Amino acid sequence: MIELVHVDKRFGENDVLKDLTFRVEKGEIFTLIGPSGAGKTTILRLINLLDDPTTGMILIDGKDTRVSEGERVALRRMMSFVFQKPAALRGNVFQNVSLGLKFRGIPPGEIRQRVTEALGLVGLEDYEEREATTLSGGELQRVAIARALVSRPEILLLDEPTANLDPGSIERIENLISSLNTRFRTTIILSTHDMVQGQRLATRIAVILDRKIRQVGDSRQIFYQPGSREVARMVGVENIFDGTVTANEDGLASITIGSTTIFATCHYPAGTAVTAFIRPEELLLLGGDGMKSSARNTLRGIISRVTPVGPNIRIQVDAGISLVAIITRRSYDDLALSPGAPVHTSFKANAIHVMTRAP
Amino acid sequence: MSEIIEGFIQAVELIISLNPEVLEITARSLLISLAATLCASLISIPIGGFIHFRKFGGKRGLITIIQTLYALPTVIAGLFVFLLLSRVGPFGFLGLLFTPSGMIVGQTVLIIPLMVGMTLIALSGVKQSIQDEVVSLGATTTQTVMTIIREARFAILGGVILGFGRAISEVGAAMIIGGNIRGYTRVLTTAIALETSMGNIAFSIALGIILLGIAMVVTVALFLVQER
Repeated sequence: MIELVHVDKRFGENDVLKDLTFRVEKGEIFTLIGPSGAGKTTILRLINLLDDPTTGMILIDGKDTRVSEGERVALRRMMSFVFQKPAALRGNVFQNVSLGLKFRGIPPGEIRQRVTEALGLVGLEDYEEREATTLSGGELQRVAIARALVSRPEILLLDEPTANLDPGSIERIENLISSLNTRFRTTIILSTHDMVQGQRLATRIAVILDRKIRQVGDSRQIFYQPGSREVARMVGVENIFDGTVTANEDGLASITIGSTTIFATCHYPAGTAVTAFIRPEELLLLGGDGMKSSARNTLRGIISRVTPVGPNIRIQVDAGISLVAIITRRSYDDLALSPGAPVHTSFKANAIHVMTRAP
Repeated sequence: MSEIIEGFIQAVELIISLNPEVLEITARSLLISLAATLCASLISIPIGGFIHFRKFGGKRGLITIIQTLYALPTVIAGLFVFLLLSRVGPFGFLGLLFTPSGMIVGQTVLIIPLMVGMTLIALSGVKQSIQDEVVSLGATTTQTVMTIIREARFAILGGVILGFGRAISEVGAAMIIGGNIRGYTRVLTTAIALETSMGNIAFSIALGIILLGIAMVVTVALFLVQER
């Protein structure tokens, strides 16, 4: 459906994107995840043909987009783009939402019906007469989504679509995105810095770091088998250790990290230099003697730091290696943990993602 | 001093009694300047749009020239159009010299730079994000230009009102091209100049009050438009 081939984008002296190559298939929800300034917005603008790549090319439906402005308008009319900060044009909400349909020469009767329908989808039924420039950020965001949907695009581009919204509206918009995708097979490309949103919605995720695509995969691959240290950090893998495989018996490897040894399922032979990744949610904390766990790895340590993270608690444990665990507040209270207290940390051998590294 | 006060009293009488000559001159002034403003708008707004939306070499220089011409002396605009319309000039055959139509041409030429400049300022006041939004919504190039001009309409209208203010208050072009012919090309400004030189103070003051009144209406209109 959409294909970027070796796309570079420079603004003056600044590289904004470097050598981007990826494909988005029809009917996919493709999520771009990355920190602010990584180039997500630029990618969406390139796909919407608002900017041109410095080098490389973009294909839409197999067609090269380096064509006349008239043909580009036709390609653009297959898509809608919800900007991160949508702009309100003078006039009321109805005029704002109907603009794209007017450009397409849709008859007034049909415009009225489609605008009403689109505003209903975003929960702004009674807003038609409101002046668009007086709306709050969240309301304008939803008007922008209605303005995008009203033209029934084949491709929907969303730049941080829920960044301005309250939790209730976020849920509504996420449900809307999913249902558009399943009902109309709309291809959706969405950028977000919210990992969890990416995970909830995406068919596939691309991680963008430092102006490059670092990994493309489904959410399981991205979150549990990150392709590099940088991607791992980006997606919240806080336990990253460099070590060496010292033995491997039928796929159960002993990995030595400093003076600590852990067991992980992988096929690398003894002597391989590896990096081990463990998500903090995979760590279990046990008080007392720690014998209750069936997990392969149990390390004794001392709690060095406790930080609340939303409904959860992030606990740093010094167990020869420094481990980070995220547990619920209830478990934290039940275990009567506190900084300085001894604790057992346990995790399964198959919860560890192992990658080779240069020794 | 008493002469001036007397002049004021007579002036008010002239206005209240709806003196036919005062009315006629006022009506002609408004007609000529409104016509010039309309012509200049039809020329300036598209030119402003063209300069704003097109990329071309020398654009910056052209804008500087336009800005310099904001202060185009009215007598120079008058002289320029006089030469064009005079019997030996390229448009002499139209016979527009010393006619109201000729004065409209003169005032149009005078205010075009100001109105092109104001259109440019108005259009650059529309944020790039709005233009991106419009293009992204599937507008053709023409639709984009029209939508952005509509978006800037109040600021552009402000420029139009400013142009009208300059047209109705100028005396140089009206005098040179119109010739201040009584009952034909005499307007408020040229009449004030003549009547004052003839010592007809009361008549001058009456016309002056009217001209100031028009200027005030223009300013209030401009304020109201810019409030939008």
